[in-house]
Amino acid sequence: MATSTSPRTGRAQTPRPARRAPRSHLAPGWLPYVLLAPALLFELLVHIIPMVTGIFISTLELTQFYVRRWLDAPSAGVGNFKIALDFDGAIGASLLRSFGITFAFTICTLALSWALGMFAAVLLQRPFRGRNVLRTLFLVPYALPVYAGVIVWKFMLGRDNGMVNALLSGLGITDGSTFWLLGNNAFVSTVVVAVWRLWPFAFLTLMAGLQSVPGEVYEAAAVDGAGMWQQFRSFTLPMLRPVNQVLLLVLFLWSFNDFNVPYILFGQSVPASADLISIHVYQASFITWNFGVGSAMSVLLLLVLLVITAVYLPLSSRRMRDA
Amino acid sequence: MRRRTFSTALIATAAVGSVPLASCSSDDSGSGDGAKTLKYWASNQGTSLDNDKEILTPELAKFEQQTGIKVELEVIPWDSLLQRILQATTSGDAPDVLNIGNTWSASLQATGAFLPFEADQYTAVGGKDKFLETSLGSTGAEGQPPTSVPLYGLAYGLFYSKKMFADAGITTPPATWADLVTDAKQLTDAAADRWGMTVAGASYTENAHFAFMFGKQNGAEFFDDAGKPTFTDSGNVKGLQQYLGLMSTDKVVSPSAAEHPTTNDMIADFTGGKAAMFMGQNNSEATILSNGMTAADYGVAPIPILDPLPSGGQRVNSHVAGINMSVFADSDNVDGALQFVKFMTSPEEQVILNQKFGSLPVVAEASSDAAFQTENLKIFNSVLSETAAPLPMIPNESQFETTVGQAMQDLFGRIATGTTPGDSDVEAALEGAQQKMAGGA
Repeated sequence: MATSTSPRTGRAQTPRPARRAPRSHLAPGWLPYVLLAPALLFELLVHIIPMVTGIFISTLELTQFYVRRWLDAPSAGVGNFKIALDFDGAIGASLLRSFGITFAFTICTLALSWALGMFAAVLLQRPFRGRNVLRTLFLVPYALPVYAGVIVWKFMLGRDNGMVNALLSGLGITDGSTFWLLGNNAFVSTVVVAVWRLWPFAFLTLMAGLQSVPGEVYEAAAVDGAGMWQQFRSFTLPMLRPVNQVLLLVLFLWSFNDFNVPYILFGQSVPASADLISIHVYQASFITWNFGVGSAMSVLLLLVLLVITAVYLPLSSRRMRDA
Repeated sequence: MRRRTFSTALIATAAVGSVPLASCSSDDSGSGDGAKTLKYWASNQGTSLDNDKEILTPELAKFEQQTGIKVELEVIPWDSLLQRILQATTSGDAPDVLNIGNTWSASLQATGAFLPFEADQYTAVGGKDKFLETSLGSTGAEGQPPTSVPLYGLAYGLFYSKKMFADAGITTPPATWADLVTDAKQLTDAAADRWGMTVAGASYTENAHFAFMFGKQNGAEFFDDAGKPTFTDSGNVKGLQQYLGLMSTDKVVSPSAAEHPTTNDMIADFTGGKAAMFMGQNNSEATILSNGMTAADYGVAPIPILDPLPSGGQRVNSHVAGINMSVFADSDNVDGALQFVKFMTSPEEQVILNQKFGSLPVVAEASSDAAFQTENLKIFNSVLSETAAPLPMIPNESQFETTVGQAMQDLFGRIATGTTPGDSDVEAALEGAQQKMAGGA
């Protein structure tokens, strides 16, 4: 090994080790690919193949008559997309509505999660007694299994025996007969539960980002008489910009795609106000047994998110460079 | 720069693609190994999944003793049974034998996943003649060999609390729909959270069943003779209003019932003294008793019918409800599976199982057994033979249940939160359901 790691000296002294030289040149060439291969293979298996299959299914007339031999399903061409995009029809109209609700849900969840995460991260930036306990406590919702966390919310939000109604009526705020999981309140409940799930991630990321802001900057600012808010606006925010760029994108994509929260909260019976897109696609596929149309909806969702990502990244990067 | 956008886009693509497209993943079941094992999916007939297991396990042991075939049992709740069947059909990773809701017979038949019952198969399970005629009516589409045989017989009836009726001075169960509404109003005291009636407003299957029977009473059908959907027929709108009206205009059902996803929630209202009546299938009796009521505490009557009937209306107060058994065509142990079907539909097992599940035998020999001559079961039996109609045996049937049932669930949600849907709202909901179904067919 020692000789092969110093091929140049070997080559300079004797002609013999020159035969070994190609091997040592080769190593850096193929080794990275070999090391990457397992990851690539699993990426292919877990993401790319199901995705391509989904795109393929979106062009099939895959109904109950063909689920058993789905490769024999007749081609639908762009027919499924036509159905999904016909906004005058019930399917297209409800898909469009679901997109609108999902956008509203995503913006609310994103803004609240980020604001809460930022607030907590800044609050815990300076050492004080009990800081580690608070940090751990804040991460609990993120560490809990989704199902366990959300099912507890479902119980708490129940109308008759739920804790939320008991608390609100105990405090004299409501009469305790509010439906939190029906009608328009269902939207608010979904946002609250999603924020509860998501904000610790924003907190964690921002806390890590804040570690890289040098303490002297604040000391200097404090000497110059800058207040907390001024420090936050002039130093903290700009220095967190690279972190925020990624964090906001990830929060956006996760909220937009959130399946677990509405599914566990509502099960089969999702109220119209909380009809988020991923659960809408799932229900559309299983209610009508038309997996072609369901897949076409998925592909549309994919395209929308790709476009948003493609626009967001260059825009936010440019802003970062300009800053 | 470009490279970064691309790689982030790739990550985004992966993140986006993984959720909805992968939603029809397969489950962990595998076909039985060889001739000595069968995989059996049972539906939830008892008071809980565990209760089903307790009831079935000794019978399966009996079957193993007789034939040497071991049966691996899995009990599947109703809200996921249809999906599990679809997944199994798609993946081929399926049980050998399973229970299905008899109303899905034609829909599942259309997938081609189940073994058709021709003369040979009927012979293998003990002959077609042993089954009751009504029960055979819901085993598959007309003109094709059925892909299921009856297993348990069910029908709807009106359950009422004798104590609450007596307290209100009502001596007999209601005879007409108008009587029912009057009695229910008399029994309702919203301030005390006591109601005349309760429903499972978030159960799409229950909702669809009532849409069907009340539509029939109002002279409407959900499908014409050619199998084309006619959801928005004015009789169907009236039928839906008849049922939804219990909560919206008659105000005899607690708004909370809009959140009940299962019949067990509804029965809990009844046994807990919160509601005096509910409309349920005969197997509700098992749950009522396990909740602590005794047989003397409640009575059963046929669900009252509109009187006089609107023009074209039919005297229907139940669908031909029940559970069927099917065999997966791809099973590597079809013979063993048929032997198991024969066992489960044998007169002896029919008496044992239907008694425990509170359902009705589907074979004539068991039907006449003394165990099924109780007052209540006689009522269900007469409903089944006289005023029950089969749900349409067409491939779209399961989609009718999901689209109409979910539209009604949404309407219940709106009623519970304070709006009273008018006829045009109900018609719009049915129109939406019909379009969704047409899009899927």
